[in-house]
This record gives sequence, C-alpha cells and structure tokens, in this order.
Amino acid sequence: MTQPVSSAQQSGPDKGAAPVSVPASPKNDRTPRALGLRVDLRNLSLLGVLVALIVVGGITEPDAFLDTGNLQLILTQASVIGVVTVGMTFVITSGGIDLSVGAMVALASVWATTLATQEYGFAGILFTAMLVGLGAGLVNGMLIAYGRIVPFIATLAMLASARGLALQITDGKTQIVTVKSVLDLGLPDSYVLGIPPLVLMFAAVTVVGWLVLNRTTFGRRTVAVGGNAEAARLAGIDVRRQRLYLYLLSGLCCGIAAFMLIILSGSGQNTNGNLYELDAIAAAIIGGTLLTGGRGTIVGSVLGVLVFTTITNIFALNNLQSDVQQIAKGAIIVAAVLVQRRTPAHGET
Amino acid sequence: MPETSRRGLLFGTAAVSAGAFLTACTSNDPKEKNTAAQSNAPAADNKPGKPVTIGFAGPQADHGWLNAINENAKSQAGKYSEVTLEITEGSNDTAAQIGQVKTLINKKVDVLVILPADGKALTQVGLEAMRAGIPVINLDRIFASPQAYRCWVGGDNYGMGLNAGTYIGEQLKGKSNAKVVELAGIDNLELTKQRSQGFADALKNYSNIELVARQAADFTVESGQAKMAQLLQAQKKFDAMWNHDDDQGVGALRAIQQAGRDEFVMVGGAGAKSAMDAIKADNSVLKATVLYPPTMAASAIDLARALGQSKGVTGLSELEIPTNLTLYSAVVTKENIEQYLPTGFN
Repeated sequence: MTQPVSSAQQSGPDKGAAPVSVPASPKNDRTPRALGLRVDLRNLSLLGVLVALIVVGGITEPDAFLDTGNLQLILTQASVIGVVTVGMTFVITSGGIDLSVGAMVALASVWATTLATQEYGFAGILFTAMLVGLGAGLVNGMLIAYGRIVPFIATLAMLASARGLALQITDGKTQIVTVKSVLDLGLPDSYVLGIPPLVLMFAAVTVVGWLVLNRTTFGRRTVAVGGNAEAARLAGIDVRRQRLYLYLLSGLCCGIAAFMLIILSGSGQNTNGNLYELDAIAAAIIGGTLLTGGRGTIVGSVLGVLVFTTITNIFALNNLQSDVQQIAKGAIIVAAVLVQRRTPAHGET
Repeated sequence: MPETSRRGLLFGTAAVSAGAFLTACTSNDPKEKNTAAQSNAPAADNKPGKPVTIGFAGPQADHGWLNAINENAKSQAGKYSEVTLEITEGSNDTAAQIGQVKTLINKKVDVLVILPADGKALTQVGLEAMRAGIPVINLDRIFASPQAYRCWVGGDNYGMGLNAGTYIGEQLKGKSNAKVVELAGIDNLELTKQRSQGFADALKNYSNIELVARQAADFTVESGQAKMAQLLQAQKKFDAMWNHDDDQGVGALRAIQQAGRDEFVMVGGAGAKSAMDAIKADNSVLKATVLYPPTMAASAIDLARALGQSKGVTGLSELEIPTNLTLYSAVVTKENIEQYLPTGFN
C-alpha cells in the first residue's frame, strides 16, 4: 500500500500519479494548461464582484476610497483574517472544519503578550504565538485524527476551552505590548515601498499556501482526503496523519495571525479574533472552496476576504450604521454565492 | 439567621449609621474608592456590626471594567471583618447566572448583590430573591421591575455622553464649523444608545459643532483599532472625537498613531488606567476621559452591608438607604488626574 505513495511523491506534481488522484473529482485532474495556471471562472466572477465594489466605493466616496492610505488600510485589515482563511481553506478542502480559529488567535495573542514573554522581545512574542497556535492545532488534530471526534465537535470544544484559557491568562485585562520592535512593524515608517509589513506577511502566507495546495503531494493528498477519504486511504494515503497535519497547519496560521494582530493593535486581549471562524469560513466558501471537501482554492479565499474587507471599508467611509451594514453584508454574501453558482468552475467546460 | 429578621431588614426602621459611603458615591471622591489603600477614610462605619453574608453574582469578567467591578467588590468586602462575601463564578449565560443566584438564595445569604449580564432576563430571579426575604442590590444593568430590587446602584450612561459632549463643546468654543466624530460601543446595547443620546444632546448647545461621523465598535481593542482606522480614513480632518470605552480606546489610539494624525482632541470613556496614564503623560491626542466608575461595586457592598445591619446612610436624613443611586460621570483631565488616578482600572 505504501509503494504507490512513494512513487507518487517522486513523480512530478502535475502528473499526479493515478493512485493518489483517484479520489479527487475528475475535473481537478485534467491536465493543466501551460504553467499549470488554469483560469478559474469562479475566481474571475469573484474578481468581478470585487471590481464592482471598487467602482461603488470610487463613486460614493471618490476622494477617500481611491486614496493610497485607504488601499493600504483595506489590505492591512484583510491581512490578519486572510492568514486565518488560508489555513481554513486547507481544512475545508479536506472535508473538515475548524471552528476554533478565533479562539486560537485569542489564546496565542494573550500568551504571546504576557509580561514574561515580552521580556524576550520580538522573537519571544513571535515564537510563543506560533507555538501556542501549533499546540492548539495539535490538540485539534489528535482529537480528530486519532480520537475520531468529528471536526465540528472537537474544534467547538477547542473554541470554548481556548477562549476560557485566554480569559484566565489575562484575567479580563488588556495586555499592552511594550516591545518597540514589534510595535514599529505596525507603523508607516516600516512600510516597504508603500506596502505595510502585515500585507507582505499575508502575501507570503498566500503564496506558500497556494504552492502547497496546488504544487505538492501534501496539497494533492488534502484534496484527495476531502474528495473521498476511503478512496484516499485505499490509494495509500495515511488519512489520519494528513488530517493531523491539516489542523496543525490551521493552528500555525492562527499563531501567525495572532502575531500580526499584536503588531496591528499593539496589545493582546482575550476577545481577539472574535467571530473569525465565521468570517474565514464565509470567505473560503464564497471563494469557491467546497464545504463538503474535495475542492479548494487559495486565490478564491483571498478574493473572498478582500470582498468582505472592501465592503466594510465602503460602509465605514459612507458612515453607514451597524444595522444597515449587517443587512447589506448578508445580502452581498448571498449575491456573491448566487453569482458563483451560475458560473462554471473552469474555462474548458 | 431566622427568616423573620431578614424580612425585618426590609420593613423595620433603621438607624442612620456612621459612615460616608453615599457621600463617596456622589462626590466621586477617589480616596473613598481606592480599593488598595486601606489607610483612607472608611467608606462606611468600620466598626464591626452584626455579621452579614453578602452573595455576589456578576457576569463573566471578559472586559477590563467588569474585572475591576469584581476586584472592587472583593476588596471592599475585605474591609469589614463581619462581612462574608459569597461570590459565584461569572457567566454571560443567562440561564447559568439564574442558577447561580438561586444557589445563593438557597444558601440563605442575608443580602444579594447582582450585576446581571442581562437585566431584563434576570428580573424574575430578582423577584424570587426579594420574595424569599433577601433584599437585592441591583448593580448597574437594571432589572425590568422595581419589585425585583431594594436598591439600584449604577452609572450614568446618558450623563457620560452629556459630559463628554459638554467638555468637547467647551474645548471647541469659538471655533467655526468644528467637526466631531464618535466611536460608539456595541450598538445593540441600551447603554450605547443612552451614551450617544447624551452626547448628541450636549452638542445641541453648540451651534458651531457638527457630528460628522459615528461608527460602532465592540468594546474590544481589535474593533477599536479597525473602526478608528476607518474613521480616520473617512474624515481627513476633524476637531474632536469621543470614544465610548477605554478598552477599545487602546486600539483607537494605536490606529491614530498608525495614521500619524494629531489635529484633534480625543475624549475617552469609563476611566481605564491606560487612558489615565496617557492623559497624565499628555503626549497623545487623548486629553480626557469620562468616568463610569467600577467603584459602584464597592458602593453596592457598602449598601448591602447597611441593609444587612438595618442601617441607613450617613449624610442623609432618611432612615433607610435610597432606592436609586446614580454615580456621577466626572470628566478626568490633566488638571484633576492625580485625584482620579487611583480609580483607574487595568
């Protein structure tokens, strides 16, 4: 059973050796076009939604919306939730769900901003955030992969306990960061060619996420497990280990997001990452990742996050109140999904 | 304790006790409210009276202010040797909090102090306690029925907005076409509406000022940063802003720092230590904060003790403690910061 896997690993990613790719949907296994960059019409339609929003923003608030500062702001605000969404996309592609992302961000951020950690400066905060994210992801992964608890329940339990632990660590207090090197990363002086470091981190995570999902055995296995776990197992994939890695990956993304949130807000608070789970799931689904697993797109997820952030930005620029914002946001989610539904996945169909 | 004596607390005549806690409540004297300093003049008669067991049920302390409420209650109760405090685990789950209050009723505590996560939802259990002969001090979030509590003590949300608006109005006096923005708290809370209403009413007194933008945040640092960053982007130039809550103010100040803006005056709300430190340092746009004092928890303990010992309040001619006690929302600025700094909460 293990033999086909190793041969699959040796073969080029695009050939996708038959045994591994059996469970995936046939469409995903068509020979890619030149450079392997298939034009995903769903992503194009989402891009259309984004462009439409930009036109709306440009018309309603021409001075404020198309301003460089505002574009920097939209991208910055998309960054933290964006990194979480990349991790979430992997989990959902594998047919799972991670409801604990917001709580993991909270836990990682408060642990990383405790006074003890701040003594170790930049590296102390960064590594604590990532380790806590990995640790929580490990617990999720072990419970799901080896404890055979369904992802919904396991991560719901993690949501509750991680939030509780975060509250216990902070005692309800806001932990203010005093490490200058961390704080400086959130200030305009550290922008690289006008791009905030948080946006660069988001871009890096996106590129790595895209490469891993589309260009590695790990990515193909993720899709395979999500398409048909039993077939993936018969094809020689260690489904349990794959699941464990996926929740670890989601946890790591939350740890990175927590570090980014610390840079952004200059503090750690147990309420951090509130409702990230819903935002990340919504962005991934709008982006074209199947909630049932087997299909995932990083580009779509990132576009989904950008659509949400741009909507929020336009609302705020037009000084809409929360009630109107919520109603309009719901309507736009439905509209975006309807547009998606009517669009075929790929150009070749 | 016999059932009758608890009933007696409600209806019996009570002597006016020595003590100054009402004065403390209304004057905002920070010395009375310094929970750490034992050397201060006692808020109430420190002479041990008859033993009183006070049950305290509050919401989950997931916010700086709520955490300060718990600390104030504990430290005030600790000042009286004859007072025993029974605290339940805080919860934002209405059903859980009802269960906790019922447990305290079953334990037959002498007086109950309840800060409900949701005042309306906890009304019934407040009534139950009162019927069981346990007087209830309703802290901050008010019950739907006056029958559900013997005494309400809380902050003045409308007054917060009013005082913040008046302070800003005075600062911008003589400035024509002045622009003001508002960073509100959680929009679906009644208290947020009251704060905004007070603010709007105060600004009506100044015809030169216009409220140009208002966004609601969630009382969290993260939401404060995000919403403030948006406000700054939407309004290229304004003269003053009022932020309802100092916790979200940490994020708002960060957004202001990131945007490199300093052309306006910022006023905070609640009275967190971080805000007071910033006002004292005078190196940011934050020049004032309007109090919503967590010391009301200490006052609630004092009132509960007075009820338990059938006493009234010194400084008032009444034989009984009052039914309602609304704290004053003082404006803390660089001028009076030393006076209020000890009340700042983390």
